[in-house]
Amino acid sequence: MTRRARIVLALAAAIFAVTASACKKKQPPVPPAPEINQDSLAAAERVRADSVTRADAARRDSLARAQAAASAESAARDAARLEEVRSTLTAPVYFDYDSDGLSDETRVALDAKIPVLNANPSVRLRIAGHADERGSDEHNLALGQRRAAAAKRYLSQRGIADSRIEIISFGEERPAMEGSDESAWSQNRRDEFEITAGGDRLNPPS
Amino acid sequence: MLAVAAMVSTAKCATAQDTTRKGVRIGLTYQPGTKPVVVVLPISGVAGDSIAGILSRDLDFSDRVEVVTPTSAVAFDAARGNGGRAPNYGLWKTLGGAAVVEGSVTAAGVLINVHDVGQARIAEAREFPLPSTPLSGDWRMALHGLSDEVLRWISGTRGSAQSRVAYVRDKQIHIVDSDGAEDRVVTQGSTALSPAWHPKAQYIAYSKFGERGTEIHIADLSNGSTRRLTAAGGLNITPEWSPDGQWIVYAHGAEDGTDLVMAGALDTGPVRKITVGKGTDNTSPSFSPDGRRLAFTSGRSGHPEIYVMDTDGANAELLTPFQFGETSYRSGPSWSPDGRRVAFQSRIDGRFQIVTINLRDRGMKQLTNEGSNEDPSWSPDGRHIVIASNRSGSKQLWVLDAESGRARQLTRSGGARLAAWSPIISGAR
Repeated sequence: MTRRARIVLALAAAIFAVTASACKKKQPPVPPAPEINQDSLAAAERVRADSVTRADAARRDSLARAQAAASAESAARDAARLEEVRSTLTAPVYFDYDSDGLSDETRVALDAKIPVLNANPSVRLRIAGHADERGSDEHNLALGQRRAAAAKRYLSQRGIADSRIEIISFGEERPAMEGSDESAWSQNRRDEFEITAGGDRLNPPS
Repeated sequence: MLAVAAMVSTAKCATAQDTTRKGVRIGLTYQPGTKPVVVVLPISGVAGDSIAGILSRDLDFSDRVEVVTPTSAVAFDAARGNGGRAPNYGLWKTLGGAAVVEGSVTAAGVLINVHDVGQARIAEAREFPLPSTPLSGDWRMALHGLSDEVLRWISGTRGSAQSRVAYVRDKQIHIVDSDGAEDRVVTQGSTALSPAWHPKAQYIAYSKFGERGTEIHIADLSNGSTRRLTAAGGLNITPEWSPDGQWIVYAHGAEDGTDLVMAGALDTGPVRKITVGKGTDNTSPSFSPDGRRLAFTSGRSGHPEIYVMDTDGANAELLTPFQFGETSYRSGPSWSPDGRRVAFQSRIDGRFQIVTINLRDRGMKQLTNEGSNEDPSWSPDGRHIVIASNRSGSKQLWVLDAESGRARQLTRSGGARLAAWSPIISGAR
């Protein structure tokens, strides 16, 4: 071997050594295995979960409150509407003394029932005719019958099926108001309307 | 003699219109043409007081005689005279007495002697059997029969004491004896109205509120059972038995007015329509005693009036005359047992009054003017009419004398109405 060759080898070795040494220094130290504190982790997790739960619950509560408020409002609105529909259907109509003639007022009250009946085809009605105390007890039963029949005839002439309405008379036997003056009599000369079927879920007229 | 007269008193009853008769005027105010005076002597023995009391009251209620009951031993002795063996005919003749009724209790009942004062002799005598329990319902009804027979001996016409009145109170049918005793209820449940007697008084037909309408029911008084005559539904009211008991006429209402129909009382055969009311109300039928005609209420002229017709509906005519310038309201006819008159209620000055109309000359007679008076029904002898009146402040049954208008109160509990007088109850039940 030449000297030159030996120098090259020495250099190379030196470089290798330096290089090797330099490479060795660049290696990161192996980190120690972490020592995890399991208790504190669980505690933190619990805290986090609790806060999430609380937040969720708060969100749910507020949502439920809002929904409840909205639904109560709507239910009240529905109930009021239903009550209005029902009372339109069951509102009594009134008559003149010893008469089964339908006054304008009575016709208006009957007309209002027609859309309700049309919107609720399963509804059946019983019309009960009544009289004030002044006529004869017996003849007043016939008068009450005529009053109930007059209202039924009016409704059926406007398209309400006969089979949906039955009539009955109570004469003067069931006064709406006790008393022997016109204020009582005028309340007692009446037809009453009772829903006998299909009244559980009433649809408002469209 | 005046002293004796002062010691007797007429049997009096509660009456609102009894203003002409006083008890101590016997012999002093007696005038030809007024009622014959009948002396009922006290009766000794078991329940003798009750017998004499009920007999005296029945005779008084008949309105055909003036009843005098000696009220003291002195009067009694004076009345008996002749050592107690016979009535003092001379005294009673002077006092205007026409008959003396003398009774004595026997083992089987009571022996009754009726003395003819004018002839000074016993005119009639009979032992009347009575049920063994004094004051029982049967005993009272048998005693009423005795009263009616005694009245027939004296006046020639049998009385109506042996009868009952069916009526409505507290929504139920009640029955009360003609003298106001033995009030009892015969229905229960929903509202019952318009009782009507079977001609033999065994049954009562009436209307009753049902689920779908008003039905006609029949109560059998012999056993308390009831049955329904009409189908359910519709208006079925104001039943009336035919005089032969075979048929019931009632008002049937549907959607085209209320018409009278006739149905067999005992079967469920077809119902025959009688009136053709064309949408009007036709109610409250009452048979003529011969069963050939019917009086009824009809609104066919626009307001209720009384009509009569044949039982097949032919020959209907307005019975009550037109009232010029007034909307009259007349209803609830009752045909008199002698066939000559029809009683009904007529609105006069805003209140109902009882009026009779003579079928021959159509002459009308108003029998009441106090309070409101409704629902007339004749007694079986045709002398009296039972009505509902509010003259005492509450609605009660009163018995009117169709001749004099004298009234006596029959019931004592308010709300009594729709009375129907029974036929004579023959054979105690």
